[in-house]
Amino acid sequence: MSRMSPLPQLNLSRRAALLGLAASFTLGRASLALASIPGDKRFVVVLLRGAMDGMSAVEPYGDADFASLRGPLALDAAQRLDLGGYFGLHPNFAGLHAMYANGEAGFVHATAGAYRTRSHFEAQDYMEAGVAQRIDNGWLNRAVASLGTPGGRDIALSMGLAAPLLLRGAAPVQAWAPEKFATPDTDLLARIAALAARDPIIGPPFANMMAQRGGPAPNMAATPGNDNDFAVLADAAGKLLAAANGPRVAALEIGGWDTHQAQTRRLDVQFKILDAGFVALKAALGPAWKSTIVLAITEFGRTAHINGTNGTDHGTAGVTFLAGGALAGGRVLGTWPGLGASKLFENRDLAPTTDVRSIAKGLLQDHLGVRAASLGQIFPGSGDASAMRGLVKA
Amino acid sequence: MLHDPTIALSRFGLGPRADQPAPSDPRAWLRAQLQGADPLGLSGHDATNAGLAAVSAYQDMKKEQREENGGKGPNQTADKKLPNPLQQKFNSDTVAYCANALTTQTPFRERLVWFWVNHFTVSHVSLPIIGTLHPFIAEVIRPNVTGRFVDMVLAVMRHPAMLNYLNQEQSFGPNSRVGLRRGKGLNENLARECLELHTVSPASGYTQADVTSFARVLTGWSYEMKNEPLGFVFRPQTHEPGDKTVMGRTWPEGEEGGVMLLTWLADHPATHRHLAEKLVRHFVADVPPEADVKRIETVLRETNGDLGATSAALIDLAGAWQPLTKFRDPQDYVVASLRAVNLPVENAHMMPAALKILGQPLFKAPFPIGWPDRAADWAGPESLLQRVEFAYQLASRMPQIDPASLGSTILGPLLAADTLAAIHHAGSRRDALALLLSSPEFQRR
Repeated sequence: MSRMSPLPQLNLSRRAALLGLAASFTLGRASLALASIPGDKRFVVVLLRGAMDGMSAVEPYGDADFASLRGPLALDAAQRLDLGGYFGLHPNFAGLHAMYANGEAGFVHATAGAYRTRSHFEAQDYMEAGVAQRIDNGWLNRAVASLGTPGGRDIALSMGLAAPLLLRGAAPVQAWAPEKFATPDTDLLARIAALAARDPIIGPPFANMMAQRGGPAPNMAATPGNDNDFAVLADAAGKLLAAANGPRVAALEIGGWDTHQAQTRRLDVQFKILDAGFVALKAALGPAWKSTIVLAITEFGRTAHINGTNGTDHGTAGVTFLAGGALAGGRVLGTWPGLGASKLFENRDLAPTTDVRSIAKGLLQDHLGVRAASLGQIFPGSGDASAMRGLVKA
Repeated sequence: MLHDPTIALSRFGLGPRADQPAPSDPRAWLRAQLQGADPLGLSGHDATNAGLAAVSAYQDMKKEQREENGGKGPNQTADKKLPNPLQQKFNSDTVAYCANALTTQTPFRERLVWFWVNHFTVSHVSLPIIGTLHPFIAEVIRPNVTGRFVDMVLAVMRHPAMLNYLNQEQSFGPNSRVGLRRGKGLNENLARECLELHTVSPASGYTQADVTSFARVLTGWSYEMKNEPLGFVFRPQTHEPGDKTVMGRTWPEGEEGGVMLLTWLADHPATHRHLAEKLVRHFVADVPPEADVKRIETVLRETNGDLGATSAALIDLAGAWQPLTKFRDPQDYVVASLRAVNLPVENAHMMPAALKILGQPLFKAPFPIGWPDRAADWAGPESLLQRVEFAYQLASRMPQIDPASLGSTILGPLLAADTLAAIHHAGSRRDALALLLSSPEFQRR
């Protein structure tokens, strides 16, 4: 297997994909998986695990009830990066704000999935499955599968210990690894793979791994100045996606969003990391940025009120991020439900007005060219959530 | 059955050791492990309190350093070089925990300890946890592994490690004296995870209102780290006044209300169901057979949550004796490998190091839900390659081992003919041992 130079430095792990309650924010929280489709359009889904507080990322400062609800968590007017007179972006999103100004980033506010659970674990599974039940494959994999196998292209590819549910499924996955242990030679590996072939659990991944060995190695020299896993992974993803024969679809994950306490301090760091990831991704994609759309989603939003520990508890609607050169951006989309007492969902949460599946369906259809007829299989039972059109540049 | 001794050692135990003979009566050998007390279990709270005192002393020392520095915070460069005595103690306790896993004569009991440590996951994310996590295992988990589930729940919920991990000590009744004076409020974290993960699970149908109300019940549950007596304390001044309704029942104000509610939750039918599913998933198959779940659920109900009787009932499940149905997670794989090669106990530090690389670092599960227990979560191509590399590395340290004979010792009749043939055809002992430890039958238990 070819080795990519920046990755051995990382503690990449599937576990990283699952959010921690830890106070430290860096190592092992991010992961990346990739897949291929025909054509040159690039699509990146960022999973923000742990429930990002949408009203801290994109403040509805124009809502008369906002300041009193959020008290010390609200930004000063001078800090906000304005998004057109009603919403303001957190100041640590400077990179994303510049993209917004160029029409390359946008937001949909008051979004939620098809479920109303406030359990991280259920909600993440449903978000990735694309349906409110536990199944063993993800909507992005089904979308990839619906587009058929690309010719002369590396097939799916995953980094980290296992692909997230989002990208698990029928479309095959290959692995790239940080080198931590001395590696057996190809001959010994082939004999191990031959033994594994009779095993239904380890046989297929071993076969996949062997097929991948000797495959082309993307040029992934480390970019100086990256000081966190997420930006490094975003950089790696961008380089892989930019390659002529590279994958076209990536799933990035970053945890650390479960801000039950000390939210301001923690989100300051998280937002900076996320912003650096967007910037690194755009830079690494180079000219391919113009055919790229990035969708960043979280399992649910957080309570409208502050809790007793200057944080927020599990809520319902949040914000969805969009970026990319192919995006018709520079807009905050969605229907703002308001924050008045009668407007809150169950008297505590921002009420959902846009289904995340509508956004995903719109992007799959208009950006990747997924046939409208396939969208129902990709998101079963999503008839009420019609595709949001007009997200892509004409 | 011919392979019962191997299953007793691998499925129920932590993997065979070449120097430990296979049990002649596997079921009796397993049952015997459930008798008596855990040799490493501790009664009382001395270890926890010593941990709290050490955390407090360490914090005081840091504070002094900051003051000596003119209040400008510690000298970062010099500070980094100072070994943190809490972390050192934690690391040496972790190595001891691993050494015990490598050598224990009661590996079924130790697997149960691991199971409950994972069920009540506390990750080491703060100083108070670093100081009290190993005492939590010794004083809360070990003594209750063959006791009653309700006692384990009550001990867990009162332990500083869990209270800190899920922010309970920061949750204040909004109408309590402190809540009113300082404008503080609830933190739902512990209440939610206790319902969702520790006891009834979402299948019981509790609502958001139940979570919030349960959080009110638990206000006041905290711990004392600075002043004697150390350890769990109920603080009436932060407790939300009044009766509370949780899951359709009313619970009185005060510490007693929380104890009553937790006692009720621990023996709730939904808790029995939840625990039965997890136990059967761990000991039988990723998709737990309904008949086996029902059986364990019944034992839990009929014995009011007697975990000794429940563990004994696991031994009697026919499904638990079907060979090789469970894929080893990294923790199982590493400990089984190290036991198989009789790793000298002074090298036990290899175990936490390997687990970190294989993606299951000890005591660092990223979520309160703990580590998953299904093959799909661990059998990615990447993790498999890392296992092979681990096996290859380990094999390089064990030149004295005869891989063919080790294969029949640790796998008995489950060693496949093609694995044995591959071992015989291998170019080196190292390759042969790597093949054995990478074989499909060794990756399962």
